[in-house]
Amino acid sequence: MTDLATRPAAASVLRNTDWPSFIRRYGAAIVLALLVLFNIIFTDNFLDLRNILFVQLRQAAPTAIVALGMALVIATGGIDLSVGAVVALSGQVTAVFLLDGVPPLVALPIGILVGVAAGLFNGTLVSRFGIQPMIATLVLFTAGRGLAQVVTGGRIQTVNQPIVEFLGLGVIAGLPISVFSLIVITIAIVLVTRFTPAGTKLLAVGGNERAAGLVGIRTKRVKTMAYVVAGGLAGFVGLLELGRIQASDATNAGLNMELDAIAAVAVAGTTLAGGTFSPGRTIIGVLMLRLLQNTLVAHGIPREVAQIAQGLIIVAAIYLLRRSRDAR
Amino acid sequence: MSAATADVATIGHRLALQRRGTVAVLVLVVLLASLRYGDAFYSGINLTSYFDDAVKYSLIALGMTFVIMTGGIDLSVGSVILLAGVAGGLASPHGAVVAVLVGVGTGAAVGAVNGLLIAHSRLEPFVVTLATLLWARGLGLQLADTQTVVYGTGTLQSLARDKIFGLTTGFWLMILLFVLAAVALKFTPWGRTVLAIGDSEESTALLGVPTRLPKFSVYLLSGALAGLAGVVLGSQTGSVSMDTGVGWELIAVAAVVVGGTLLTGGVGSIGGTLAGLLLLQVIFTIINFENGRGGIEINSYWQNVVRGAFLLVVVLLQTGVGRGRKKS
Repeated sequence: MTDLATRPAAASVLRNTDWPSFIRRYGAAIVLALLVLFNIIFTDNFLDLRNILFVQLRQAAPTAIVALGMALVIATGGIDLSVGAVVALSGQVTAVFLLDGVPPLVALPIGILVGVAAGLFNGTLVSRFGIQPMIATLVLFTAGRGLAQVVTGGRIQTVNQPIVEFLGLGVIAGLPISVFSLIVITIAIVLVTRFTPAGTKLLAVGGNERAAGLVGIRTKRVKTMAYVVAGGLAGFVGLLELGRIQASDATNAGLNMELDAIAAVAVAGTTLAGGTFSPGRTIIGVLMLRLLQNTLVAHGIPREVAQIAQGLIIVAAIYLLRRSRDAR
Repeated sequence: MSAATADVATIGHRLALQRRGTVAVLVLVVLLASLRYGDAFYSGINLTSYFDDAVKYSLIALGMTFVIMTGGIDLSVGSVILLAGVAGGLASPHGAVVAVLVGVGTGAAVGAVNGLLIAHSRLEPFVVTLATLLWARGLGLQLADTQTVVYGTGTLQSLARDKIFGLTTGFWLMILLFVLAAVALKFTPWGRTVLAIGDSEESTALLGVPTRLPKFSVYLLSGALAGLAGVVLGSQTGSVSMDTGVGWELIAVAAVVVGGTLLTGGVGSIGGTLAGLLLLQVIFTIINFENGRGGIEINSYWQNVVRGAFLLVVVLLQTGVGRGRKKS
């Protein structure tokens, strides 16, 4: 597991198993494993590779990509409520350009740039103007989806273009594009955070911003970068969602994605106070919540009840995590 | 954390200035609107729908104000409105009193769960109420069988339509609750404790003031007020549809921030929240009005863009007020 949290007690944890800490680190993974086991036994065709790759993972990948960006922002002690709206905005802008006959080579990067610009806007408000992250990103949460609706006039328009079809149904190296991108993005993030000073700086800023500043880290730049990456990833997911729906849909694209992402980060054992970042556990959190939902629905439980279960499992998760925090 | 006394005084002073600014802008906007539209602006339908919306939003904004003053947040109010509105509607055949009691009781129960988990188990308010947002909505949908709930008796509706001095009973209820809340904040130990917790929970506890109960109580209050808002909504429109309350928590947060309450807690104003809410609502009424007259072409999607832009202006003006005070 790629856990970057500074953990001075690591040696003693090895010697005598520290259960609370164990739950904190592997709780989500254990639940995920149990869910997989349950599905293998009770759900028909679950182990079919097509189901795993092209249904379960493909559904979870966009949220997972957004959650990785969210985890970066949360590591700095911030929060980004705008990612769902940014997913909508980037997808709609791209759709409108494509419908206007702009070549995909231009239209797709513009979509990602929209996300980067949104992240820069959020990051500037938070780090330069000192506005609380929740309120700063609330601006684009509100205005971003509004802009997306303005751009498309609120219409749902089919985008029948090979590139959009490719984004939605294409396969690279035997994997759906969304799953393939998730893997590439995860590897990139792990490499950068583990093997460059960026990771240390990120955690230092989240752990103690003042101290980080005193030892010479440009805290404002680090914080802004986290929002920019989160925005860029959301912009990219906007393209994936456009491919999935094969149409512009400003009202529903990326709806509630920020909440799913935050929930995943929380059940993965990351405190919202900042200072910890774990891409592996974040992805496990997303997979766990998604598979829980799918399992319940597949076994004939209404979606509303599945939603109740999701809420309860988040509470249970953070309750257990709190106990493990206290014990440390 | 070490906010010097002078610091707190300055922040309080500047926020008080901002509140006066909010009221001044509110008066100015209303004056300009009446100059431009004349008596039509005060026409029955316009005024009624304006105050109907204001009453619902202001009830949740009032609860949110207290929660934010303690440094917390309640993301679940939108879902509580749905759940309590549904519960009240199902109880409405037994009479208006029963419907109100059931609605408020349901909201209070949900608020109590939030309060217990946050004040007693010391879990993060953001994640706890995010989970509640999920399960409370799921429960509401399940309870209503995902069908619009119709309010049975006529008593509630006529109560909602009754007018005293030309304004609805709901409006007077709102005024009464805001006055009570302002008095409670200023003149009761409870109110002072709420602000003290938001300023520094540790110091408050060190002084021997119990902090758990006041902290619990603000979430209880927020839930109960959201429950009341659900019943009020049902009585105003005669039914509760399943998309009720989606995103309303952020309308409330925006009103609280515009009204000069610091999101990190410790400084705030009840009257400011009301002024902030009325101002935001009057701006949207004017946008609708302009559309109705065909004066300018603003489609309804711009509403969210305007809301976001307005929030941006306010937080930028507020910049520096909360700066250097606390790490959010």
